[in-house]
Amino acid sequence: MEQLSITSNDDVVIVRQKVRAHAIDLGLSLVDQTKVVTAASELARNTLVHAGGGQACIEVVQNGMRRGLRLVFSDNGPGISDLDLALTDGWSSGGGLGLGLSGSRRLVDEFTLDSDPGRGTVVTVTKWTR
Amino acid sequence: MDRVPILKIGDVLLVSIQGDLDDQSVLTLQEDLAERVVATGAVGVIIDITAVEIVDSFVGRMLSTIAGMSRMLDAETIVVGMRPAVAITLVELGLSLGGLRTALDLEKGIALLGRTASAPLDDLSAVGQ
Amino acid sequence: MTVQESSSRRRIEDLMRENEDRLVDRWVEISNAPLRGRVVDSDVRRELRDLLRALLRSSESPDGGADLRGLLADLSRTRARQGFTPGETALAVFTLKEAVYELVEADGGEEVLHGYISLSRTIDELGLYTFEAYTAAREKIIADQTEQLLELSTPVVKLWDGIVAVPLVGTLDSARTQVVMEKLLQTLVDTGSEYAVIDITGVPAVDTQVAQHLLKTVMAARLMGAHCIISGIRPQIAHTIVTLGIEFGDIVTKATLADALAFALRQSGVEVVNRRRTRVSVRAEEA
Ligand SMILES: Nc1ncnc2c1ncn2[C@@H]1O[C@H](COP(=O)(O)OP(=O)(O)OP(=O)(O)O)[C@@H](O)[C@H]1O
Ligand SMILES: [Mg+2]
Repeated sequence: MEQLSITSNDDVVIVRQKVRAHAIDLGLSLVDQTKVVTAASELARNTLVHAGGGQACIEVVQNGMRRGLRLVFSDNGPGISDLDLALTDGWSSGGGLGLGLSGSRRLVDEFTLDSDPGRGTVVTVTKWTR
Repeated sequence: MDRVPILKIGDVLLVSIQGDLDDQSVLTLQEDLAERVVATGAVGVIIDITAVEIVDSFVGRMLSTIAGMSRMLDAETIVVGMRPAVAITLVELGLSLGGLRTALDLEKGIALLGRTASAPLDDLSAVGQ
Repeated sequence: MTVQESSSRRRIEDLMRENEDRLVDRWVEISNAPLRGRVVDSDVRRELRDLLRALLRSSESPDGGADLRGLLADLSRTRARQGFTPGETALAVFTLKEAVYELVEADGGEEVLHGYISLSRTIDELGLYTFEAYTAAREKIIADQTEQLLELSTPVVKLWDGIVAVPLVGTLDSARTQVVMEKLLQTLVDTGSEYAVIDITGVPAVDTQVAQHLLKTVMAARLMGAHCIISGIRPQIAHTIVTLGIEFGDIVTKATLADALAFALRQSGVEVVNRRRTRVSVRAEEA
């Protein structure tokens, strides 16, 4: 398990690199590596931009026969009051494309978004080996 | 922060992105390119992403923005060398990159630029969308 | 584990340590008996001795179990590959009980017997673990073979300079379509081809997922700077696509592979002229 803090643009780059390294270790296919790293990039940037920083946790998990990479992005930022809206393709509270959350959901196998408005947000994603 | 070098070859600007850029470097590149297009009167911009391992929404938006900006400055932008895994991921992410023109490699990008530089704009919209 | 239990456990483990050589000999003997010469004694001896040492180490350090599980996983993997059954594999572990019991009997003390019960539980867990590791190893072998089959069943062929095709035959499932998609796109890069023909003449039916994958392939190819043509769409498939409401939009479709090739040739500036006898004349495109 690896815990990284996200407080700058450089940290987003580091998250991408660490996630890539774990994905390779785990034996994910090149396309799956690319998908999970891209999702991590989106979620790490959200943590930085929308919550002013937070944490990323990278973990290898096992479910019966399958192994997977689990990423948890957590912050103590403003939270999200309307989760459905935030997960809508193209919806952004700022000037973004609004594809970070909805798009990364499509790039992984499991996706959960928990948010407590005023307290923070936790996004957990998992990519399983095939 | 890395600054991505911009080369000028004839009246084409060539940018070859190496490695993993942080968001600030991406924005800087966007600004640098706009400046250079104006300063040089370039008719084409080629962005080579052969070495790029992921394109997320931030980089994707930068590519679209550069294409839009340079079009207004009368230069065509062509993105070359996108890897299959990157393309598959972009489709899944939902980024259409509409209006962005692409070619398999640098050589084909340059050929595409030569072919269409003098053609009317209407014809261009059908290519590489 | 209670204090008492852990002290009796320590007692039996000491006993095992003191008699390591004898124990390993017996264990090898008992576990190899049903395998009748399908293994090399000296290999097994080394494997089991390492396992025993790891087991004895594992109760000393808090994370000692990882080492042990690693060894067990290795053992299961090699046996799965050598064609042993999961039962035979697990037996290698379970037979340790019998070998240890002989020590317990010789000792005769009550504390050792208590320790034996606790050790027995651990050995059961380890035996079950080899089952899981064995199955995982088999799954991996099967998955690898499936992948190889998929690769073989989807040849990407070069039709012309700059034009590749993948003729799909048989039922397409989501996994196969995905493999095809990746292979086709990689071939575009490797051969510098700007045109790809996906011929589905030999495909009896498609479902929503497969149609979506085809669609995504076409979009991904476009992002890379190439063009896809889908040929040989049967009436039923066309019907499915329309009823499913999948937007095929501005994707170029052609009735036959030949039509698709002619289209791609024309697009890339090659002129196909029909002379008295069919001949192809090629005129290089003006750059
Ligand atoms: N960690 C977070 N804390 C608070 N709000 C968040 C967080 N993550 C996302 N949001 C909210 O959800 C919205 C949608 O996020 P999403 O990533 O999809 O789009 P975006 O970040 O605005 O644009 P982009 O497409 O560039 O990522 C954001 O605009 C923001 O309001
Ligand atoms: Mg975002």
